Amino acid sequence: MVEPAVDLTHGHAHDDHADHGPQGWLKYLWSTDHKVIAMQYLFTGIFMALIGGFMAYVFRMQLAFPGMPVPGFGIVSPGEYNALVTNHGTIMIFWVAMPVLLAAFGNFLIPLMVGADDMVFPKINRLSFQVFFVSTIVILASLVVEGGGFAGAWTAYPPLSADSTYNLTPLGSTLWVIGVGLEFVAFLLGGINFITTLMNSRAPGMRAFDVPIVVWMIVVASILFMLSVGPLLAGAIMLIFDQTIGTGFYNPATGGDPILWQHLFWFFGHPEVYVVLLPAMGVVIEIITTFARKKLFAYRTVIFTIVATGVLSFFVWAHHQFIAGIDPRMANIFTVTTLLISVPIAELCFIYIATLYGGSITLSTPMLWALAFVAEFLIGGVTGIFLGAAGADIYFHDTYFVLAHFHYTFFPIAIIGTFAALTYWFPKMFGKLLDERLGKWHFWLTIIPFNMIFIPLFVLGMGGQHRRIYNYTHFPELAGDGFQSMRIIATLSLLVMLGAQFIFLYNCIKTARSKKKAPRNPWKANSLEWTTESPPPHGNWHPDRMPVVYRGPYEYSVPGREDDYWPQNEPK
Amino acid sequence: MNRFFEFFEFSWFDSLVEVGSSYAAQIDGLILTVLIIVGIWFLAAEYIFLHFILKFRAKPGRRGEYIDGKNKRHKRWITIPHLCVLAFDVLIIVVSFRVWYNIKMDLPEDPDAVIRVIGQQWAWTFQHPGADGELDTPDDIFTVDELHVENEKTYHFELQSTDVLHSFSVPVWRIKQDAIPGRTITGWFEPTRTGTYDVQCAEICGFGHGVMAAHVMVEDAETHAAWVAANTPAAQ
Repeated sequence: MVEPAVDLTHGHAHDDHADHGPQGWLKYLWSTDHKVIAMQYLFTGIFMALIGGFMAYVFRMQLAFPGMPVPGFGIVSPGEYNALVTNHGTIMIFWVAMPVLLAAFGNFLIPLMVGADDMVFPKINRLSFQVFFVSTIVILASLVVEGGGFAGAWTAYPPLSADSTYNLTPLGSTLWVIGVGLEFVAFLLGGINFITTLMNSRAPGMRAFDVPIVVWMIVVASILFMLSVGPLLAGAIMLIFDQTIGTGFYNPATGGDPILWQHLFWFFGHPEVYVVLLPAMGVVIEIITTFARKKLFAYRTVIFTIVATGVLSFFVWAHHQFIAGIDPRMANIFTVTTLLISVPIAELCFIYIATLYGGSITLSTPMLWALAFVAEFLIGGVTGIFLGAAGADIYFHDTYFVLAHFHYTFFPIAIIGTFAALTYWFPKMFGKLLDERLGKWHFWLTIIPFNMIFIPLFVLGMGGQHRRIYNYTHFPELAGDGFQSMRIIATLSLLVMLGAQFIFLYNCIKTARSKKKAPRNPWKANSLEWTTESPPPHGNWHPDRMPVVYRGPYEYSVPGREDDYWPQNEPK
Repeated sequence: MNRFFEFFEFSWFDSLVEVGSSYAAQIDGLILTVLIIVGIWFLAAEYIFLHFILKFRAKPGRRGEYIDGKNKRHKRWITIPHLCVLAFDVLIIVVSFRVWYNIKMDLPEDPDAVIRVIGQQWAWTFQHPGADGELDTPDDIFTVDELHVENEKTYHFELQSTDVLHSFSVPVWRIKQDAIPGRTITGWFEPTRTGTYDVQCAEICGFGHGVMAAHVMVEDAETHAAWVAANTPAAQ
């Protein structure tokens, strides 16, 4: 890979989709510009995050004050409770974490960071968002149809999910499967672009190991997604058939097997964790190197590590099923593979720490978010070891310990990682700089309550409290005042955390109304997106001044140079 | 070898949930083993992380160092911890295997009794063997949401479901097993503490999942015999 990649898109391809399309507001609906599509994904994701957050508010209020009417919702019935936890999980993973981290930042960053004027297949990109938009409407519709939203948990285990006489939501459950299936199609379409754009559209001079890590991460994540989702899509179609035309793929009475779905689901479900984790980890690497003014420690090791993680992630799925009735001998194999995956992930954490060593660290708001990601994700990572060890999982399976564990991974990914990326690239996306003082208030008022929510839930899980139970007063061991006060602490902390998001909203409005423009490269960073205007024009750079790359993206504090950064496109 | 493993049997969070079965201490000890190992790693990593953030704050006139992490001397700082993680993983795997084997793979032979546990939306049915000690005889005692067992006896259970997935979980025994329609899953337990304890359904099973609560009454030999005598169905 010494020769510069052949450039396919620069020049002629640009004119194909320049300004010939519809004008006015239709421009935003039918645009093929990767930055517009990124914004569409971003704002859809933020809108869905509000819905998912509202759901969390309702069911946390019910748990803290069982049976009391929840302001803004009313009394929560057991069926509604189940639908709320089901769709909170579904929405937060498929309609918040994936569209924001993978699609919005993937779309925005990949062409800008590899120095291309757009994605390789802009129209497929547009189709990807349009399918995603339809899937959003379907999942929202599933919440309000007769019978209510699907209430069989985000894992949708049959026979509960396959038969409406069991789940009592004939329309909601079918729409749920259709919505999730369409979302998969959208991301399959999007993934094609991420992979091909990295392969074919790199700027002249950009070798494989000159690509910013976040691009690698998003592309590896897309490959993981595309390789793992096929079996589940097939499984989802079988589930729809079971629901609607009475087949029996998952029905033991007609020779089917409910465990089959669990295998198909988790064969996708575990790589899916890495699909959203890797982009967040990449974002953190970009931010840490920039604000520590440090070269990334062991660039190639990072690449090999994420590839190893990706490969391993296909062989760990049954650790979700230790006590699900699989052959107990299988658990031993999956304990080994699951604990092995701790090695590459631990290595990535060591690399973060090693990168900080000897740096010149500025604690700006994006840097705070990025460092918080590492600090908090460590908790999520180490608590995973308890669950990977099959013997301990007998006790912890489906308790609040599991719930707290995966929120300590998903919250750093989907919320902390997103805010890190948003605050870091905000000047590039919108051409204005966010207020730092408000940003730090927002940061602390999100991070502290976040820990206050989930540390009590670890304790509740140790105490044997299982998930998805709408009212613990039916269980004498769980109904004590000590446990109830922990639930109340968690709920009150959630209210503080949700309230703190208004600070961010206010910060955005305040910034949007200010007249001060952001410079091209406010953080003095190296990668190519900072060499164009903020926000970048259609085509990203002037067609005659497309960037040429001379070095990797992490050349900070190079000895013998006056500046402590060295943009990738600067000739020697 | 057994002395080595007995070292890892230790109950320590009984203030949150009581210890009520013969193998609970094995699970608790495994959890503690993992807690100590990952706890040390976690604290060390967070300490070094925060230490670096404070130590390497930007100061006027000082630049960052240029370390690419390519040479062996630098790489040591991640390869040695990397190998240590692997070594500790092996220790956890060994201890976990043994716990898993004892609880889920190795059924004790000749149990004192076999009971049947049947999950359905949204209640548990328990089939007790009755006075003759045999299942599926006329003197079987059926109860709903109430399991009666004798303290310090070894039981096999046959777990079934009539409709959707359920999961039979008794936190004080540290036992959990999913029930699957169309299958019978056999497991075992030996209660070691008398009293009344919660049975939870641990797998979402529909509208009434949250109220699918049952109780297990662990009784001494006398009380249990009296309960069996009082509840044996009259001969047909």
